[in-house]
Amino acid sequence: MVVLNKELMTIVREVDVIPFRNRLKEHAVKIGMGLVNQTKIITAASELARNMLKYAKGGKVTLEVISTGRENGIRLTFKDQGPGIANIPMAMKDGYSTAKSLGLGLPGTKRLVSEFNIESEVGKGTTVTVIKWKNG
Amino acid sequence: MEKIPILRMGRLLLVTIQVDLYDRLAESLEADLVQMINKTGARGVLIDISAVSIIDSFMGRIIGNIAAMSKILDAETVVVGMQPAVAITLVELGLPLSGVFSALNVEKGMELLRSKLTNMERNVDGSDDGSAE
Amino acid sequence: MKNEAIRILQKKNKAILESWMKFQLLDEGLREDLMSNDDLRSQSEELLSALTSNLNDNNIEDAKSMGFEQVNDILASVSISRAKQGFSPRETGNYIFSLKNALLEILQQEIKDPQELYMQSIKIGKLIDSFSIDTFETFLRGREDVILRQTDEITEISTPVIQVWDGILALPIIGTLDSARTQVVMENLLQKIVETGSSIAILDISGVPAVDSLVAQHLIKTVSATRLMGAECIISGIRPEIAQTVVHLGIDLSNILTKSTLASALKTAFTMLQLQVTRKNVTNLN
Ligand SMILES: Nc1ncnc2c1ncn2[C@@H]1O[C@H](COP(=O)(O)OP(=O)(O)O)[C@@H](O)[C@H]1O
Ligand SMILES: [Mg+2]
Repeated sequence: MVVLNKELMTIVREVDVIPFRNRLKEHAVKIGMGLVNQTKIITAASELARNMLKYAKGGKVTLEVISTGRENGIRLTFKDQGPGIANIPMAMKDGYSTAKSLGLGLPGTKRLVSEFNIESEVGKGTTVTVIKWKNG
Repeated sequence: MEKIPILRMGRLLLVTIQVDLYDRLAESLEADLVQMINKTGARGVLIDISAVSIIDSFMGRIIGNIAAMSKILDAETVVVGMQPAVAITLVELGLPLSGVFSALNVEKGMELLRSKLTNMERNVDGSDDGSAE
Repeated sequence: MKNEAIRILQKKNKAILESWMKFQLLDEGLREDLMSNDDLRSQSEELLSALTSNLNDNNIEDAKSMGFEQVNDILASVSISRAKQGFSPRETGNYIFSLKNALLEILQQEIKDPQELYMQSIKIGKLIDSFSIDTFETFLRGREDVILRQTDEITEISTPVIQVWDGILALPIIGTLDSARTQVVMENLLQKIVETGSSIAILDISGVPAVDSLVAQHLIKTVSATRLMGAECIISGIRPEIAQTVVHLGIDLSNILTKSTLASALKTAFTMLQLQVTRKNVTNLN
């Protein structure tokens, strides 16, 4: 797998999410991703960016255009230094929320992307990586 | 601060969302709409989202909240013009917005609201149908 | 000092071509039905001259060197077009392997010293082998592209959305409904709803062999997405066996309008749109 393009963005305020989403859209369009898949990855990104803001006072996201030669895609890595998640399996359940919101962010994101990975350590922070393949 | 305009059309309120909402704007819309329903005694709310390209769980919740709050204030909410890609994504996200009425476009939304209102009024005024839920 | 083999190959271009053509035409797998001998000859000539004119001391052991860009391009386009025309791997392989035979044959005729002949043959052999591997890879990729395109086409063809009445769409689903297919069905259906302004969609599943919980989930998703758009969805073509499995599996379809036949779904749709179909009064024609 090769990385064709890589950029780092900081998200510490709500309004930072808009330029990030726009940038993501630009790259998705550039690799020829269809409208539905674009919408899915941007929605997923929106969820993860919001989690970072809401639970970890912000963080950084790496936006990469990747290729396996056969298929191109977008990889997003959300990294924060917030409180971490003690029980990941629980957090991945539909409807589980410590903030009395819908609890669909993490499980919904997983359904919207092609590959999903979450790592978290209490007191250290959380890293969520997602990949959406152009035709995935 | 930026605000989303709410238009009054007789007994209906029309909101056209033209920008991609960020959280505070969506929250203020919720508050403004509820105030407006109360002030105008509106019986229906039409939210045109045809220009919205992303609805995540936060936005989805706001829409659901607006529908539920309007209902308590005796007004029906119809969301119109959802883009296909947005509908597919919401379903995959796990948010089918089951408590919210939808219509294809503003015209059909108005029709739907009107028929709901006339039905409700007929049920209130009418004498033949005494069955209430 | 210029490599002797290179000098020979450049000088004997014509002889190599003749010998290569001879090898190719000898092969009983030659596809004259797919490509005329004239075309084959000009294709071979182009490749050979690209090879010999770009061959030098520095790149003879490196098939990937810049000097062979033209060779690699020609080989790529030859193998892609052969893949699309339906050549077999063997037929495509023979094209490049017979070039190797022709080159080695010339070297054998021209180089007298056995050790030198051995060394040069190894070098040329390795170079052509390396080209062959790339040719195969490209050929396979060409075949895979064909398969992918066909898969797409089949998915497209097998999910037509038909406008059966003003405001009513019908979508007969034939074959299994997996998640990739569901995506296509949803996209086509919702797009058509927007285009036609239809408010009712009938999903006919008579052609779906079995409904398990996964398929049911796909159906429910499609119905939910349709409703989000502001249209109603009716599922028709539910056979008794399907009704049985659905209940046995504990799948809840109670929120979904289901009908056993497309005709009864259409009737329901008419009622919902407050339409009435009546037989024309024919008495006064008698
Ligand atoms: N970046 C994060 N840092 C710490 N906790 C998080 C983070 N992201 C998610 N969580 C935890 O996981 C839970 C589930 O998240 P999510 O599925 O997005 O639903 P919601 O945000 O509606 O609660 C959150 O309530 C929160 O406790
Ligand atoms: Mg969340």
